[in-house]
Amino acid sequence: MSQYETVIGLEVHVELSTKSKIFCGCSTQFGAPPNTHTCPVCLGHPGVLPALNREAVVFAMKAALALNCEIAEYSKFDRKNYFYPDSPKAYQISQFDRPIGEHGWLEIEVNGEKKRIGITRLHLEEDAGKLNHMENGEGSLVDFNRVGVPLIEIVSEPDLRSPAEARAYLEKLKSVIQYTGVSDVKMEEGSLRCDANISLRPVGRKEFGTKTELKNLNSFRNVERALEYEVERQTDLLDEGGEVVQQTLRWLEDQNKTKVMRSKEEAHDYRYFPEPDLVELHLDEAWKAEILATIPELPDQRLHRYVTSYGLSDYDAQILVAQKEISDFFDQVVAQKADSKQAANWIISDLLGYLNTESVELAQTPLSSEGLAQMIQLIEKGTISSKIAKKVFKEMLINGGLPQQIVEEKGWVQISDESQLQAIVEQVIADHPQSVLDLQGGKDRALGFLVGQVMKATRGKANPQLVNQLIRKQVQS
Amino acid sequence: MSLLSKSVHEIHNGLKKGEFSARELTQASIDRIQAVDQEVQAFLHLDEEGAVQRAEEIDKQIAAGKQLSMLTAIPMGIKDNICTKDLFTTCGSQILANYKAIYNATVIEKLDKVGANLIGKTNMDEFAMGSSTENSSFFPTKNPWDLKRVPGGSSGGSAAAVAAGEVCFALGSDTGGSIRQPASFCGVVGLKPTYGRVSRFGLVAFASSLDQIGPLTNTVDDAAVILEAIQGYDDRDNTSATIAPTSYRDSLTGDIKGLRVGVPKEMMGSGIDETVREQIKGALTQLEKMGAVIDEVSLPHSQYAVATYYLIAPAEASSNLARFDGVRYGVRREGIDLIDLYHETRSQGFGDEVKRRVMLGTYALSSGYYDAYYRKAQQARTLISQDFEAIFADYDVVIGPTAPTTAFALGEQIDDPLTMYINDVCTIPVNLAGLPAISLPCGMANGLPVGLQIIGKAFDEATILRVAHAYEQESASIGKPVIGGVSA
Amino acid sequence: MSISKEEVQHVAKLARLTLTPEETTSFTQQLNQILDYAEALKELDTDGVKPMSHPMPEHNRMREDQVIPSIERELALANAPEQEEGMFKVPPVFKG
Repeated sequence: MSQYETVIGLEVHVELSTKSKIFCGCSTQFGAPPNTHTCPVCLGHPGVLPALNREAVVFAMKAALALNCEIAEYSKFDRKNYFYPDSPKAYQISQFDRPIGEHGWLEIEVNGEKKRIGITRLHLEEDAGKLNHMENGEGSLVDFNRVGVPLIEIVSEPDLRSPAEARAYLEKLKSVIQYTGVSDVKMEEGSLRCDANISLRPVGRKEFGTKTELKNLNSFRNVERALEYEVERQTDLLDEGGEVVQQTLRWLEDQNKTKVMRSKEEAHDYRYFPEPDLVELHLDEAWKAEILATIPELPDQRLHRYVTSYGLSDYDAQILVAQKEISDFFDQVVAQKADSKQAANWIISDLLGYLNTESVELAQTPLSSEGLAQMIQLIEKGTISSKIAKKVFKEMLINGGLPQQIVEEKGWVQISDESQLQAIVEQVIADHPQSVLDLQGGKDRALGFLVGQVMKATRGKANPQLVNQLIRKQVQS
Repeated sequence: MSLLSKSVHEIHNGLKKGEFSARELTQASIDRIQAVDQEVQAFLHLDEEGAVQRAEEIDKQIAAGKQLSMLTAIPMGIKDNICTKDLFTTCGSQILANYKAIYNATVIEKLDKVGANLIGKTNMDEFAMGSSTENSSFFPTKNPWDLKRVPGGSSGGSAAAVAAGEVCFALGSDTGGSIRQPASFCGVVGLKPTYGRVSRFGLVAFASSLDQIGPLTNTVDDAAVILEAIQGYDDRDNTSATIAPTSYRDSLTGDIKGLRVGVPKEMMGSGIDETVREQIKGALTQLEKMGAVIDEVSLPHSQYAVATYYLIAPAEASSNLARFDGVRYGVRREGIDLIDLYHETRSQGFGDEVKRRVMLGTYALSSGYYDAYYRKAQQARTLISQDFEAIFADYDVVIGPTAPTTAFALGEQIDDPLTMYINDVCTIPVNLAGLPAISLPCGMANGLPVGLQIIGKAFDEATILRVAHAYEQESASIGKPVIGGVSA
Repeated sequence: MSISKEEVQHVAKLARLTLTPEETTSFTQQLNQILDYAEALKELDTDGVKPMSHPMPEHNRMREDQVIPSIERELALANAPEQEEGMFKVPPVFKG
C-alpha cells in the first residue's frame, strides 16, 4: 500500500459539431485538404472581426447543463495572448472570469463504488490550427482548417484519486457529451482531447503536492497509462527524498514515458483581457429553459430506466448505456416489442463481441433494429432455435436482411411438424438400442444424446422441445 | 479653385448636367495629385489605372441613361488602414510594406456599390498611432496651409488630400481624435461617428473599443452624404449597432433656435492656446446670435482622460498588433529559429511609437499590473462616460476646440511622446465615451485653421451635423490653401 | 510604481520585440514618464465602479450557424512569406 495519495484533475477539450466555425462561416468538416476551409477572418488577416455563431453558444450551454453546471447570468469572451504559429491572431478568443458554466459534477463508478467528481468550469473558445512537422526537420507547415472550430474546455476539480478514476471520469464525460449530441467526441480525430494535472501527497495531508501537467494523452488507454507512469515516477522521486518539479510533460506513447516540454519559469503570461470585438452574452432563464428542454435522456437516467423498467442487472445496463449508439439500438429493438432481457443478451454478448473482434462500429454493419427484434420474436414463437438464431444474426451483421426472409431462403426454419420428425426419431431409436435401455433405466443423460442425434440428422433444424417429447413418448410406449 | 474642392452635390450636379465626364473628373483628381502631391505627400499608393477604368465604365453607364447616385464617380482617398482588395494596405508600416488585402472592408463595399471612385490610399501615422503623420514609416505628410507644418494625425494623409483639393473626400479612422484633429489642422470637416454607427470590418484595428471610421470632407453636407453611405449594421461586426440608418441631410435645416449648448470649462482652460480660444469664443458668439443658449458646464473626470486612454488604447493595441508575426503575410525577417524570426520581424517592422505603445500596453496587461492599470483605466472610463451623460441630460450638444493648438511644426514634438499625447485632451474623452463629434473650421489663427468641435449624444449625429451646417452657412469661409501658387 | 530596465526587457520579450541597449534606456525613461503621468488615476475613487470594456450597450449579438464558402487556397496563401504543400511554412517548431 502506497504512503501517498494521488490527486488528479483533468482538462478536457471537446470540439463542438456546429456546421460553421465559431467566428466565421468556414466549414468545420474534418479531413479537408490543408487551408481550404479558411477565410480572412480565421486566417487572422488585418482588419477582420469575429462574428459569434449562436449554435456554438447553444451547444456549450447544452453541455454545461448536461454536466450539472450553473449557467452564468452574463458571460463574456476574453483574449488569451500568446505567440505560436498555429494561432493566427496571436491570441485565442476564450473565456477567463465569466465562463458559460461553473460548479458542475459528474458521477463515476469504479470497482462498484460511486463517486461524484466536481466540474470547476466549462467555457467556450476557438480551436487552433494544426502544425505539421516536416520529416527532413527543415520546418513546420501550418494548416488553418481547424482554427476557429468551436471548443468547450471542461475543467474538473482535483477530485480524482487514481488513474482508473481519471479514465472512468473521461469515459463518463465522453458518454454524456455524446448523448447531448453537441460533439462526436472522437479521440482519434482530436474532437476529444485531454490534459491531466497530477500530484501526490502523504496520506492524511490536506495540502496538495507539487503538480505536473501531462499533455498529448490521445486515447483512454494513454490517459491511464501516462498517469500510472507519472504516479510511479513521482512516488520514486518522493521516496528518494527528492522533490517533484512543476513542469509540463509530454506523453511519448511509443516509448512509454514522459518528456519535459516546459518548466514553470517558462510559463506563459497570457495577459487576459475582455475581448473588445464581441459584446456580452446574457444567458437568461428563458433561454436556459429552452435549451434544457432539448437535452435528451442522459446515460444515468437511461441506466435507471433499464434497471427499474426492464429488470436488467446494473452491470448489463452499464454496458448498454456506455455507448449512445448501442443504447439507442437497444431502445429501438425493445420498442419493436422484443423481450428486453433477450435483446440485452444478444446485444451484449453477440453484437458487442462481433464489433469488438472486427473493430467496426454498429453503423458500419447492415444490422437493423427491426432484424434483431424480429429474430427474438421468431425464437419465442419456436420458428427458429437459438442455435439457428446465431447463424441468422451473423447473416444480418454481414449481409443484412430480415430474419423471416433469411430463414426461409436458407431453409433454416425449425421443423416443428410432428409427422416430419416422427420417422427420424424412430430411426434414431432403432440405431441406438443401448441408449434407449439406459433411458428406460432412468439415465436421463441418454435423452440428451438421442435428442442430439435427431438434431444432427436434421442439421439443427428440429425443434428440440418437440424432439424431446417425441423420444420420451416413443421410449415409454 | 480645384474641381475637387467643390462639394459632392455640386460635382454630382455637374456630372448630371454633362458639364464634365466621370473620366474628366477622375483626371482632374489625378492631375491635381501630380501637381501638388510631391510637396504635400498625402498619398502612399495610387490606383490611377483602376480609377480611370472605373470612370470610363461609369461614363458608359451615364451614356446608357443609368441613374446616378450622389457619390457616383466622386474621387475619394482612403486611409491606408482600411482594407482594399488587391491594393496595398500598409497602415503606414514597414511590416506591411508588401501587403495586399485579400478582401474589402465593409465601408469599401458600400462606397463601391454607390460608385465612389477610389483614387488612392492616404498616408497615416503607423497603425494610426500618432497625431502628426510623422510616424508614417514611409514619409511625413505636410500641411497644405504651410508645408513646414504637420497636417495632424493619424489621418493626416486623408485631411491633407482633401484640403489640397486632390480628392473630393476621404475616409479616416478616429481612435483618440485621428479624424478630428487633422481636420482641424488642415481646415476641413472631419466626423467621428458614434461607436457602432459604422462597421469596423476591414479597418485594421488599433484599439478596438475606440476605433471608428468617418469622413473628411470639404463641407458639412458632404460629411452627411458620406455618413449616410457608410453607416449601418454589419453582421460581420458584432459591435456595430442595429439602430436604423438615418438620413442626415434632412436635418440640415440651418435652424438652431433654442439649441442648448454646454461648453466644458476644462476644454477652455489654460491648456488651450489663447489664439485658438479666441476663435472658439467667436464661434460661440455666432451660435448665440443664431439662437443657441450657451452655458459653461464641467466634465470633472476629463483630467483623467489622457491617462485612461493611454492605458486602454495601448493595451488593446498590444494584442491587436500581435498578429504581425511574419507567418501568414507581411514582411518576414528571418531568424535563427521561430522565436528569433518573431523578434526580428517585429523589431525591424515596427517603428518607435508603435513599439512604445505595444510595450506600454503589454505592461498594463501583464501579470500583477492588470488591476492597477488596465482595470483602473476601464473604471475611469465609466466615470468619464457618466460625465457626458450628466451633461446631455440638460444639453443638446457639447462644444469646444478640437485641438489646443493649430498645426505645429514638423519635428517639433516627435521626441516628446507625452506632450504629443496630452495634445489629444479635447478629442480623447469623446472616444472613451463612444460619442459622435465633428470638427469644422472656425476661422484662422496666425494663418492656420482652427477647428471647432461639436460633440453629440450617442447616435445623434443628426444634431451635430445640423449645428455644424448652420454654423458653416453663417460664418465666413476660411478659403483654400495655396500650394505652389495654385489655390486648392 | 516605476518600471526598471529589467522589466522593460521582460515586457519586450512578452511582446516579441528585441530592444537595443539604447532603446532599452530610452523606453525605460519614456515608459516611466507615461506611467508617472498615469499615477494620477490612483487618486480616483473607483470603488464599485463597473469597468467599461466598450461603449456598445447591446448584448447577445450572434449569427446563425451557416456555412459560407471559404476563399480559394491561392488567395489564402497569396501573402505568405513562405509556403509549401498548400501550407504556411515556418522554422521547425517542435521536435519530439
